[in-house]
Amino acid sequence: MTASALRLVARAAFGGTFARERGRLALAVLAIALGVALGYAIQLVNRSAIDEFASGMAALSGAADLEVRGPRAGFDEALYPLLARQDGVAIASPVVEVEAALAGRDTTLRIAGVDAFRAAAVTPALVGNADAALDLLTPRNVFLSPAAARALSAAPGATLAVRAGSAEVPLAVAGLTPDGGGQVYATMDIAAAQDLFARTGRLTRIDIKLAPGADVATMRERLQALLPPGVVAASPAAGVDATARMSRAYRVNLDVLALVALFTGALLVFSTQALSVARRRAQFALLRTLGLTRRRLVALVLAEAGAIGVAGALAGLPLGYAFASLALRHFGADLGAGFFRGAAPQVVVDVQGALVFALLGVLAAVAGSLLPAREAARAAPAQALKAGGADAALDRLASPWPGAALLAAGALATRLPPMADLPLPGYLAIAAMIGGTLMLLPRIVKALLSVAPGGRGAPANLALAQLRGSPGQATVGLAAIVASVALLASMAIMVASFRQSLDDWLGKLLPADAYVRPGGGDTAALSPDDQRRLAALPGVRRIEFLRTQSLLLDPTLPRVILLARTLDDPVDRLPLTGDPQLPGPLDPPAVWVTETLQDLYGYAPGRRIVLPLSGRDVAFTVAGVWRDYARQQGAVLIDRERYIALTGDRDADDAAVWLAAGTSLDDFRRALAAGVPGASRFGVTTADELRRFSLAVFDRTFAVTYALEAAAVAIGLAGLTASFGALVLARRREFGMLRHIGMTRRQIGAMLAFEGLAVSGVGVATGLVLGGAISLVLIRVVNRQSFHWSMDVSVPWGGLAAFAATLLALALLATLVAARQAMSDDAVRAVKDDW
Amino acid sequence: MIAVSHLSKTFAGARARQVLNDVSFDVARGEFVALVGESGIGKSTLLNLIAGLERPDAGQVVVDGVDLAALSDDDATALRRTRIGFVFQSFHVLPYLTVADNVALPLALAGRRDAAAQARVHRMLADVGLDARGASMPRELSGGELQRVAIARALVHAPPLLLADEPTGNLDPDSAAHVIALLRDCVKRNGATALLATHSRTAAAAADRVITLTARGVDVRAAPP
Repeated sequence: MTASALRLVARAAFGGTFARERGRLALAVLAIALGVALGYAIQLVNRSAIDEFASGMAALSGAADLEVRGPRAGFDEALYPLLARQDGVAIASPVVEVEAALAGRDTTLRIAGVDAFRAAAVTPALVGNADAALDLLTPRNVFLSPAAARALSAAPGATLAVRAGSAEVPLAVAGLTPDGGGQVYATMDIAAAQDLFARTGRLTRIDIKLAPGADVATMRERLQALLPPGVVAASPAAGVDATARMSRAYRVNLDVLALVALFTGALLVFSTQALSVARRRAQFALLRTLGLTRRRLVALVLAEAGAIGVAGALAGLPLGYAFASLALRHFGADLGAGFFRGAAPQVVVDVQGALVFALLGVLAAVAGSLLPAREAARAAPAQALKAGGADAALDRLASPWPGAALLAAGALATRLPPMADLPLPGYLAIAAMIGGTLMLLPRIVKALLSVAPGGRGAPANLALAQLRGSPGQATVGLAAIVASVALLASMAIMVASFRQSLDDWLGKLLPADAYVRPGGGDTAALSPDDQRRLAALPGVRRIEFLRTQSLLLDPTLPRVILLARTLDDPVDRLPLTGDPQLPGPLDPPAVWVTETLQDLYGYAPGRRIVLPLSGRDVAFTVAGVWRDYARQQGAVLIDRERYIALTGDRDADDAAVWLAAGTSLDDFRRALAAGVPGASRFGVTTADELRRFSLAVFDRTFAVTYALEAAAVAIGLAGLTASFGALVLARRREFGMLRHIGMTRRQIGAMLAFEGLAVSGVGVATGLVLGGAISLVLIRVVNRQSFHWSMDVSVPWGGLAAFAATLLALALLATLVAARQAMSDDAVRAVKDDW
Repeated sequence: MIAVSHLSKTFAGARARQVLNDVSFDVARGEFVALVGESGIGKSTLLNLIAGLERPDAGQVVVDGVDLAALSDDDATALRRTRIGFVFQSFHVLPYLTVADNVALPLALAGRRDAAAQARVHRMLADVGLDARGASMPRELSGGELQRVAIARALVHAPPLLLADEPTGNLDPDSAAHVIALLRDCVKRNGATALLATHSRTAAAAADRVITLTARGVDVRAAPP
């Protein structure tokens, strides 16, 4: 077929559509654009964050082939000469790294103490640009990364005070380090760092550059054999991978939410195209009669959808870039989740990602048109040329078995374990549930309408008769609204459950009246003397101290947090998730692990485990598993007295204080200031304040989710509006006939309003039930497998009811707007029209 | 040209209805034949079967030597595209294409839009007396003029067979007579064979032969009543 012939055939097939259905087509394009924009924005943010973080880490690790890392508290520096002298090791650079609390600021600063001369050959980003070499060795000199200097507004020559133990120590900013990949950190002389931060005799890392020709894997194994428990040799990339892995589930969840928005857009295209194809049945029948084959007709309809997809993609990509820029500026690289501290990325255009999401947009539009295209080709031309043939197109009820099979498959998929640490079976289950429900939608509509009560008067009865006689037409408009209501309801239930569970968890874990902290980071602690003074303060009824450390159990995973606290009644005090199994008198002592350790390390109640403490493996028994929303990397809780006995570490990071009757918080604060030297550096917060802060962080983390939900609902509502408007247009002759036989405009309006409410009511009800089922999958499968958190189900009935009422009101408004057209004089004239 | 043998067709559904029962007749090449019968007797269904738009439940239809039952849907479509022209009661002229583009549609479907095809369109428009209206839109034409457009479209690709289903059903008597005369003239001039389903006495009178469809079968007359 020549191009000119094809153009005429295409005009014959589509002509008039763009003129008559501009609004609906624009909505379809907008829906695809929104889905593409959201997906691309999340892709850009994720990519920028990971790339920035990875390049930052790469800049910091420089030329190091291997890193030797241990717990946050460090390991014996005697390892350094042992490793440095090994064959195959060219240079070994020792590092002491702390997260130092800054005096007068509510933040910490990562400070790396290095041997400048060795570091220069391995990790030059950790060596300051000094005017004189001796500046690098001056004990109180510190060199800031350019990003740190900007973040702290501290230029060379300024003074930066850090907290070291109970003292505040001023450090001189002697200069800047090389670029450091945008990371916020500082460096100083290693001996000075050890002395200042009480790390004498300890190292936290050794960066190793191997000799030319040395095999990295072989050297890694050889060095690992020399290391004590809890200290590992790994590639620098392993650290990046561990962080990326921890954030991957969160990022993938956001990706899936964006894809759901795109899916809802595809459903909107389906609604638009289905009704458009139905309206053009006679047109297509004429072309089939004149000699257009089925295949060519399908190709033309799909090409039309492809054009919608291309238009949507072209609009969506720049929109996605704008969203990403806004998100990074307001929420940070991790969108509020806290994975990428220290990263301050800019949005970098990802061409490959743009092509992928553009293609997804086109595919979504084409997929949404597949059924309508098939329907157009399958229609018998002879019948379609007759008046009234349009109604038959959408009324054929498909077999219920495929839909039922999908629902069953979805239920089975919820039983499957995660794949590659991702809840992929959970996502597939959700997709199957949505797909199965949509396939059964005509039958659901028919079933619900068959029990709907009839109204008084002709308009309501006519409306019900129309809907009962043509459930397919109602279904077309419903698909998008069902999907978006289900999405919103499931997310609302999941977030409400999470929030309530978090609130309950905070209530359980924060039983004290006040909490005293010496400051953030690794460098400020409550000394034994501080602890004695605190315990002796007037008005203190009871006090418990907590020490926090970190353990490196697996180099491919982030460090696990070790919590040492008084455990007088852990069964009652901890939010356990199952029955405890207390060790017997001959068993190793008890530890209590979080759900993350249960999922990732297999630490089940009753199991004997080994933890590296103070350079040796110590046996413990897992007594129980508790729920923890604060430490996604996992935590293990042991009795503080046992910890002190094993490690000799008597410092504390936190004190929980129960006040005596009649003692107010202000009384306590006054007593603290008077009774403990240097207490001005302590932070005192109440459980309520901690609770409010935690919930604010939670809300911020889910802000992006709320935005995605709102977009999906807007798309669904647009779909309902568009499809209802198209149906009204298609039924103009019917309305004209009703006007001819005496039905008033008001009665027709009432009929349409009843139809709109009935259809929307079915859609909202179906969406809510589906959303409830999906929320259970989100709570029990997706969240558990992604983040290793369990939560109790809590349904926000009031919120859902308000949402349903709002949506029904908006749908009614949409039908009334569409009804205005139905009641116009054009409808009367339409009775006489050829088309 | 057309050989219909023992054709039967029943429409399935909640209440199945047999529309045609053992119908047989022939139409010779070059004939202008009227198919008459009361409403609902199956005239349109018979035309659809001859066009390959429906499949018979029993019997055979052979058009220009081709057994339609043996054709796939694509082959039947190709047959319509090249060898059959249609005129409908409701004209079915696309309102957003010009008159000339409407007429050119069958050629475009066959992949032809060259100068020869355009010349053919102009000649057909001249044959039906609308050569000055090629650039007009359908809404500017009267019912009779629209049916003339449909006739031009039906014959533009020189099909050997033309099927017309109540071509004058929506026209006033004067326009109907004019259209029938024009239709016969165009068909004869193009050497085509025509089968018209009609209620119109005028149309039947213009035919070489009348086939009457009844509940009992067909009644073939050599000349119009």
